[in-house]
Amino acid sequence: MLLTVNELSVSFGGVHALDLSHFELNDKELRVIIGPNGAGKSTFLDILCGKTKPDSGQVLYNDIPVLGKTEVEIANLGIGRKFQKPSVFPSLTVFDNMLLALKMKKSIFASLFFKPTEEIDVRIRQVAVKVGLDKELKKIAGELSHGQKQWLEIAIVVLQDPKLMLIDEPAAGMSDEETEKTGELLLELSKHHGIIVIEHDMKFVEQIAKDLVTVLVRGKLLVEGSFSQVRNDQRVIDSYLGRANVQLENF
Amino acid sequence: MEKTKDFRLYLAFIILFAILLPLGNLMGFVSNNTISLWGRYFCFAIAALGVDLIWGYTGILSMCQAFFFCLGGYSVAMHIVMKGATASGTSGSAIPDFMVWNQINALPFFWVPFQSFGLALILGLLIPAAFAFVFGYFIFRSRIKGVYMAIITQALALAMWLLFLRNETMLGGTNGLTDFKSLLGLSLSSPGVKLGLYLFSLAGLCGTYFFSKKLVDSKFGKVLQAIRDSESRTSYTAYRILDYKLAIFIVGALLAAFAGMLYAPQTGIITPGRMDVRASVEMVMWVALGGRGKLKGAILGALVVNFLYSICTSLFPDSWLFILGFLFVITVLYFDKGFLGMIEKIGGGIGKKKNKITEVAEQQVV
Repeated sequence: MLLTVNELSVSFGGVHALDLSHFELNDKELRVIIGPNGAGKSTFLDILCGKTKPDSGQVLYNDIPVLGKTEVEIANLGIGRKFQKPSVFPSLTVFDNMLLALKMKKSIFASLFFKPTEEIDVRIRQVAVKVGLDKELKKIAGELSHGQKQWLEIAIVVLQDPKLMLIDEPAAGMSDEETEKTGELLLELSKHHGIIVIEHDMKFVEQIAKDLVTVLVRGKLLVEGSFSQVRNDQRVIDSYLGRANVQLENF
Repeated sequence: MEKTKDFRLYLAFIILFAILLPLGNLMGFVSNNTISLWGRYFCFAIAALGVDLIWGYTGILSMCQAFFFCLGGYSVAMHIVMKGATASGTSGSAIPDFMVWNQINALPFFWVPFQSFGLALILGLLIPAAFAFVFGYFIFRSRIKGVYMAIITQALALAMWLLFLRNETMLGGTNGLTDFKSLLGLSLSSPGVKLGLYLFSLAGLCGTYFFSKKLVDSKFGKVLQAIRDSESRTSYTAYRILDYKLAIFIVGALLAAFAGMLYAPQTGIITPGRMDVRASVEMVMWVALGGRGKLKGAILGALVVNFLYSICTSLFPDSWLFILGFLFVITVLYFDKGFLGMIEKIGGGIGKKKNKITEVAEQQVV
């Protein structure tokens, strides 16, 4: 088991953001988490990567407890995070963005005396081809389109060579064509990495959900199953439509 | 292309400041005063490099660089004053004049090491570095950033300024340290020594520039920019931000202290006025006006602003702050990349116009 989560709970100002009794992820599994707004999906990833401290619970990654570790320690364990809003280094070139991400010694002195090698160059180019940025390597990252920034951030996560990738809404703001390419990329990556993807776009979820889909509602796990199971589950439909109705009634 | 442009710029800089000005001075065209003025500008430029590394590259707004500058300045000044006191030997044991006036008869313990020139140099760098380490460690560990960082460093600058103002601190109080006679047996008032210090400052500026350039071009420098761009992304990419911030904060403090050490003997006086909050804010302003995030911009800003300051204060003494404020507003509004960006923009504009003209001409031919 790559990841085991037990009784994880966190609340912000009295509101239960997440109250997850149990969650498991196998190695090289691609898991999609869906759920309406405020279901605690991003909060869950925030806890896994050390951004948010939970009130209680247990997270085991390869049987190592993760909670209480710093972001850097968690990254070094092999958990990589892609944020919802593309978070890259806008004033550096695409190549430098990827170079900084590449797995290597990252202390001050290692960085001061770092010498680029052929091997590193090849590795970066490989990943750049994979995410379709091989022609943009010299461009400043801030000048990339939104979709390209998303891919660059995925490349940054890939280059860290994590065992577990946490991907938050990779297809947000992408065109249909870009979305499909992203889906193919994730399926390809899932051959070598365990991946948790959060997504809203159902067409995209259908494309990538080859394993299980987890539905979170108001911080609780509602149902877990294949995409078709989940899609036809009355409770899932209610939680999506029900909320929409509440919003309509409030008008 | 970029390299040859850089090379031409360096050449012009060297010809102007390392050959023309000193030659002019030797032949009597350039006054000793001008030489020593530019020597001091170079010191400011070195300190500006430090500000640019900390603020321009890493995005930490430090408002206490003038304090580090003065730590360096005071250590050399203390040595010079000690030597002066030993040479004149007014009272039995050699203690500086201002202490005699304050009825202090024994040399305070912390003045003792400054009798030796070597120790004064080492302490002049060590004390600011240690200060930056301790202060920086607690600030960065508590993840203080942005405006809060600016405020807390200003508070440090203010506290230290108040401390140095007091006579009880035994560093000369408001009057500071002055009456510098000689350094290493060389009279500080002779034109030859003044020119020597000028050249030494110029060499120091060139040396620190290339050191800083190496630093920012290395992967270390890229991590600094990454921290400026997105601190969270940097730490999720497994870089320990605290280490990097602390390292660059110490480097910045060392550059400021080194600049201060060169500055004191050329000015002949160092007072707490050099380390008040305004002095630190001015250093940040040089970099902002010159071009933040570019080493050349920092140097350009420090030299141009201080040169303008000297001109303006002699032509219209009361209006300097208005001029500085006006410059600042114009820069923020229209040239966010400072003087350097302005020059590049104008240069690029001319280039573009030329291209347009040729384009139009070509179209007409077709």
